[in-house]
Amino acid sequence: MSFVLAQFLTGLASAASLFLAASGLSLIFGVSRVVNFAHGAFYMLGAYIAYTLTTHLAGSAVGFWAAVLLAALATAAIGTLMEITLLRRIYRAPPLFQLLATFGVALMAEDLVLLIWGPSDLLGPRAPGLSGAFHILGAPLPRYDALLIVVGPSVLGLLWLLLHRTRWGRMLRAATEDREMVAVLGINQKWLFTGAFALGIFLAGLGGALQIPRESVSHDMDLGIIVEVFVIVVIGGLGSIPGAFLAALLVSELNVFGIMLLPTASLVLVFAVMAAVLILRPYGLLGAPEAMRAAGEWAGRVWKPMPRGARLLAPAALLLAASAPLWLGGYALSVGAEILIAAIFAASLQFLMSVGGQASFGHAAYFGLGAYGAAMATAAGLGMPASLLIGIAASLAGGIAFGWFCVRLAGVYFAMLTLAFAQILWTVVFQWVDVTGGDNGILNVWPARWASSAAHFYWLTLAAMAGSVLLLRIVAFSPFGYALRATRDSPLRAAAIGIDVSRTRWLAFALAAAFAGLAGALFAFLKGSVFPDSLGIGVSIDGLVMVLLGGVGTISGAIAGAAVYKALSIWLMTETDYSRLVLGALIVVLVVAFPRGIAGSWQTLVPSLRLALRRRGALAERGA
Amino acid sequence: MSLPRGLGLAALGAIIGIGAARAAEPIRIGEINSYSALPAFTVPYRKGWQLALDEINAAGGVNGRKIEVISKDDGGKPGAALTAANELTMQDGVVMLMGGFFSNIGLALGDYAAHRHVFYLAGEPLTDAMVWKDGNRYTFRLRPDNYEQAAMLADAAAKLPAKRWASIAPNYEYGQSAVRVFKQLLAKKRPDVQWVAEQWPPQGKIDAGAVAEAIAQAKPDAILNVTFGPDLVKLVREGEARGLFKGVTVVSFLTGEPEYLEPMKAEAPSGWIVTGYPWYGIDTPAHKAFLDAYETKYHQHPYMGSVVGYTEMKVAAAILAKAGGTETDKLIAAAEGLSVPSPFGEITLRRIDHQSTLGTYLGKTALKNDSGVMVDFRYEPGQDFLPSDAEVRAMRPQG
Repeated sequence: MSFVLAQFLTGLASAASLFLAASGLSLIFGVSRVVNFAHGAFYMLGAYIAYTLTTHLAGSAVGFWAAVLLAALATAAIGTLMEITLLRRIYRAPPLFQLLATFGVALMAEDLVLLIWGPSDLLGPRAPGLSGAFHILGAPLPRYDALLIVVGPSVLGLLWLLLHRTRWGRMLRAATEDREMVAVLGINQKWLFTGAFALGIFLAGLGGALQIPRESVSHDMDLGIIVEVFVIVVIGGLGSIPGAFLAALLVSELNVFGIMLLPTASLVLVFAVMAAVLILRPYGLLGAPEAMRAAGEWAGRVWKPMPRGARLLAPAALLLAASAPLWLGGYALSVGAEILIAAIFAASLQFLMSVGGQASFGHAAYFGLGAYGAAMATAAGLGMPASLLIGIAASLAGGIAFGWFCVRLAGVYFAMLTLAFAQILWTVVFQWVDVTGGDNGILNVWPARWASSAAHFYWLTLAAMAGSVLLLRIVAFSPFGYALRATRDSPLRAAAIGIDVSRTRWLAFALAAAFAGLAGALFAFLKGSVFPDSLGIGVSIDGLVMVLLGGVGTISGAIAGAAVYKALSIWLMTETDYSRLVLGALIVVLVVAFPRGIAGSWQTLVPSLRLALRRRGALAERGA
Repeated sequence: MSLPRGLGLAALGAIIGIGAARAAEPIRIGEINSYSALPAFTVPYRKGWQLALDEINAAGGVNGRKIEVISKDDGGKPGAALTAANELTMQDGVVMLMGGFFSNIGLALGDYAAHRHVFYLAGEPLTDAMVWKDGNRYTFRLRPDNYEQAAMLADAAAKLPAKRWASIAPNYEYGQSAVRVFKQLLAKKRPDVQWVAEQWPPQGKIDAGAVAEAIAQAKPDAILNVTFGPDLVKLVREGEARGLFKGVTVVSFLTGEPEYLEPMKAEAPSGWIVTGYPWYGIDTPAHKAFLDAYETKYHQHPYMGSVVGYTEMKVAAAILAKAGGTETDKLIAAAEGLSVPSPFGEITLRRIDHQSTLGTYLGKTALKNDSGVMVDFRYEPGQDFLPSDAEVRAMRPQG
């Protein structure tokens, strides 16, 4: 009995720290619709600053707590600075573009903390006077845990008071429910957003700072927390702070008792819970249905098939790319093949996002299924063509199975359910060593003799890329493509004219999965081995970044995004130890410079340039 | 960081107009490691090989040629490591590859080496598969692997009175194989041992309080720990607060390495039986020389990674010196059975499985001046703990 109590109390304490970080994220999203990917980075920053301050001030309890509070405030100040200098410029950009900007910041933060605090894990002091344990009915309760158990609900209460009993709080809630109306009423949204952001980051910093007495501070803390926090926010319902509290509690308690029954399942548990919640309650435990705001945000312009100039340009570019083996060495060709594979992957995600209006955060699942499908087929003795087909089939099957659940949701909930499935799949592959080889992967997946030279493999991937992009374009302009775009722009009207919305989306999802599978299968042969990171969250994020960089409103911008992002990340990786810092900074610059993506900005730039030229020509004529 | 090379070197050569003799051209070695993903381990490692490289080149290099190392970061990803391997072998013209920290990267590079017929000397990767199940002709490995660490610890564990054991290990291949081998070897010596609880926290995400409670609930006499880094810190803090370690002996993989022990400062656990590297207490002449050189150059003490990096570089140079050429077949022939001095004493690259006989230190942790140290330690040579030749032949693909 005392054991059950002890586990329960431990769960309560864990819930508190999760809740702090999650409530901030939920607040920010609710008000500004920004998916703040840098939230984990601020959590980490809070911990690092608290480490420095507590080691200097920790002599007394007052010093310790002052240091924790100061660290949270300092983190909030840095976050506010980011909001004012970066995010304010891009609130009008397409949705999710802010995610790209915050992703850049998160990348930079990982290297910056290394530069400032050094590579070693840092162990801060314990809270003065709170290092022992109480005993409640025979169950040990560490004093610090007891404190956290009090802190969680207190913060919840304070936030509730702030949001419900102050004018500012009311405005925040109003903005959460209807931004446009708040703006129409003459409330200065700018500072409302900044305020919400500052508060959210303060909570993240506080969450990080409070971890000092429990764990060591390290430069990958942010990765550990960010996904979990997203999950909490989504289970609770986006924008709902009590929901985040409830979700943190649920996940933590399930975790502490889960490891008793199934010690190996803890990694998969939280995602399984999220998937279950989203399938049963599509808007989370306490979330409200998202307002119908899809129309307009994704659509942008009406698409036309390529103009004649571009139609001539595309084969010319292809020809130029095909001639690469004449003037490039083996290494450059292998990098070229990697970029082409990334382009296939990005194009498949772009199809889902731009044509279908569904932003997947878990597209890596289908890349990985393709890679593992091909690798396992090769290990079983099949030839390369058969293995490639099996890889595609595996992804298609995965897309059909998971897609059925996912396409019933929209927006961020859709994104998070795709993430949940991808993470569950990753966990299975990572931990099921007997079948998948676990972390040690599957080796010896080299291409067949006819494709093994660098040039041949490059040509193979080039053909696959060109074929995939062409096919996806054809689909986008086919009747099915029009139906899909209708479901994207207005699901209600699409349904009214007789389009089966779910089925159309489901088909698109499966199709995108199959193309991602092709990319994954080719990747397996390019590298000669497959590891769980091929379906890890990093690959999903890479895909998103490539699409967003290319331009989410375009059909084939992902190719440009893939080329720029992959080439940069490979080149930076070989040139510097601080590739994340440089890459992150470049992403931030690109986001500010091209708020519609590279290809997207090009498309808006060209007509306006043409217009300007024509005007100037007219003026010149008149002058003459 | 990468050394100046490529365009820079070519431009420099053109400006100064060297038409230097071929003999002066350096031998290039490609080095790959997880510098950005695991700086706490790879920074000392890099210092180690740089020290050795300086020593080798100061002594005139190998066979009259200097050695140049081109170093690449893999970001902790096998895919990136393979891209780097391609660049090094296809573009930079290196004669061999070395490095690697994570097991999966070591395996990926080993497989690459076999496929491309490149010589690969692995430093840190610990997985048993590298030299046995997935071993190949082109791959050699320096550090004592999982099996050897488990064997050393199981040896010490068998002497304990403890009968009821519990295990805590990260849930992936490393943790799983460490626990499996330890259990097997302990069972051979102590059939009376009973395993009463096991916890498999996800790597990097331990719920330490809950894990500590769950283990304490089973009331074990001894605990086998395989967690490391931030997970271990959390486990120690939560375990201490809950009295988990009171009256319990803990046997722990790698915890005695300064990389893991030092960050825990005054909270480092006492009395744990660990493998590690007590740089402060080894008084062999070979180690003294290494320690002095390292501290003189960096004004800092060496870590386990430093020893691995240093030895790896020395082994690579010894292979090149003995081979007399840079063709892969010559390198393999030279490496098989080669004996090289190391800070831990003479080691041999075994012919049978390409595993080196480098060992490690086994001892107990203690607190001294508010920091964790190893006491009562002794060097355990690798050859004493490797499986028999017949067992190796059964595990390793032959031919």
